[in-house]
Amino acid sequence: MRALVWHGKEDIRCDTVTDPEIEQPRDAIVKVTSCAICGSDLHLFHNFIPAMLPGDVMGHEMMGEVVEVGSEARGKLKKGDRVVVPFTIICGECDQCKRGNFSVCQTTNRKKYLADKVFGHATAGLFGYTHLTGGYPGGQAEYLRVPFADATHIKVPDGIPDEQVLFLGDIFPTGWQAAVQCDIQPTDTVAIWGCGPVGQMAIRSAILLGAKQVVAIDHLPERLEMAEAGGAITINFDEESVVERLNELTGGEGPEKCIDAIGMEAHVSPSMPDTVYDRTKQMLGAESDRPHVLREMIYVCRPAGVISIPGVYGGLVDKIPMGQLMNKGLTIRTGQTHVNRWTDDLLRRIEEGQIDPSFVITHTVSLDEGPEMYKVFRDKQDSCIKVVLKP
Amino acid sequence: MAYYISNIARSKGDPKVLRSGPSSLGGADRMAKALGWFSIGLGIAELVAPERFTRALGMEGKEALVRTYGIRELGHGIVSLSPDKHIGLWSRVAGDGLDIATLMTAMRHDNPKRDNVKFALAAVLGVTLLDIIGAQGVTARHSRPRGRPRSYRDRTGFPQGVQAARGAAKDFQVPPDMRAAPTLAAVSDRAPQERARPH
Ligand SMILES: [Zn+2]
Ligand SMILES: [Zn+2]
Repeated sequence: MRALVWHGKEDIRCDTVTDPEIEQPRDAIVKVTSCAICGSDLHLFHNFIPAMLPGDVMGHEMMGEVVEVGSEARGKLKKGDRVVVPFTIICGECDQCKRGNFSVCQTTNRKKYLADKVFGHATAGLFGYTHLTGGYPGGQAEYLRVPFADATHIKVPDGIPDEQVLFLGDIFPTGWQAAVQCDIQPTDTVAIWGCGPVGQMAIRSAILLGAKQVVAIDHLPERLEMAEAGGAITINFDEESVVERLNELTGGEGPEKCIDAIGMEAHVSPSMPDTVYDRTKQMLGAESDRPHVLREMIYVCRPAGVISIPGVYGGLVDKIPMGQLMNKGLTIRTGQTHVNRWTDDLLRRIEEGQIDPSFVITHTVSLDEGPEMYKVFRDKQDSCIKVVLKP
Repeated sequence: MAYYISNIARSKGDPKVLRSGPSSLGGADRMAKALGWFSIGLGIAELVAPERFTRALGMEGKEALVRTYGIRELGHGIVSLSPDKHIGLWSRVAGDGLDIATLMTAMRHDNPKRDNVKFALAAVLGVTLLDIIGAQGVTARHSRPRGRPRSYRDRTGFPQGVQAARGAAKDFQVPPDMRAAPTLAAVSDRAPQERARPH
């Protein structure tokens, strides 16, 4: 089959690879009908999370048709089922899964020894996302083996296009959880850094959850325009001071809730000297992530407010103003998304027409064009916001 | 080919590469990579054995300067190999200018190694040309073309419109583990003994 394979920094190729096979009785094989490139794939593209190996298949946002089912997954899945595959592999049985903390499932990371060393304790297995999370081959491919498939799937009905349900596997529940863990009140201002795909989903989620105002921060005009279309007030950080504008919009008090939909690769600009500092340290290997957004959020957030972090961080950050954080009594909520905790509810909202997540798709191409699209998406060329691949 | 070795980390049923296809790396990217590694190599040589350079060029006594250039060269290399490679390559072009200027000072008539200096100058000029081609190449490949971006004004994501969407998910119950501090009203409206109770 064909698949997008990681070969090194900025080197992703559309290769011919062997077909995946059922290994365990709980496995299933899915024929991928649609998959997407995620912002967090770019961290791997840049090798900023250095736990990829040449030959790893990329991709963690995918859906398709079940074509083969292992003996123990048969009660829950059958050939021909249409499924979205969540990016977090879950057993559904461990303590964490039972609590709904699916992204920290205790059983599915098959490289637990590695993750235990690096993270202290292992988190769930993830598709196409380094050997720290199990080294599972991803879904930017024609076929995907889904481990623990009896639990790791979201069944979707026929008759609803791929484009409307594909994002149930990651970015929609990720934006949703980011907003949910802000516990949004009708009086709240929710500020969202980053108008990439997750930021766009977080904006829509905050609107649906009834925030008083949603403020979106970016500097790319097309992304700000999409944010505004979704009901957000926008701030272009190239043109105005984020802190000043946020204070202005909140009567000088600051936003109650802040969402970081950027993560480890904040935009570097001489107008934000700390980003140049971080970038330099990053190149010298003295810091792995650029936490500009965290610093700004901690500074501008209203005391006793909440900081929600769906953006991916990889390792070590520097110069986090712990004094501000502690004295202001801020709550930080983070985590990879507990996808399956939200998907039944979100699927219903899609079916009822409350939201249609396909609005974010700007490019649809074949798998062969995937490598080039990584570049286009990374360089934000051609107003690219979200790429869907059709294997 | 590295993937043959890394297959050790894979299980039996995992896909393995049979044939490699088109890559996300363009010609300009490969050139940046080559020039980046060249910078690193040259930088290490200048740092470790500056006397070799000064002796060959009749610039004895300038070892400290060569070492400084070695550090500079390493900087060019690291940036050229990073995602910000256009900055790395343009910095290499600037560095080439500095190298040329420095070599020009060694073109004195009384320098017995003048021929070596001429040779070095020719080499630096050649590399400068490559750097300029590379820098222009990666800049063109990775920059956002000027002009108006596409319009996404109609991409609301809400089939029933933004107004209808505001608060439409109020039926959603935030799970207890994701609640935040209570609102002002929630605390002050409650009876005093209730108020003391944790949320
Ligand atoms: Zn993702
Ligand atoms: Zn589990």
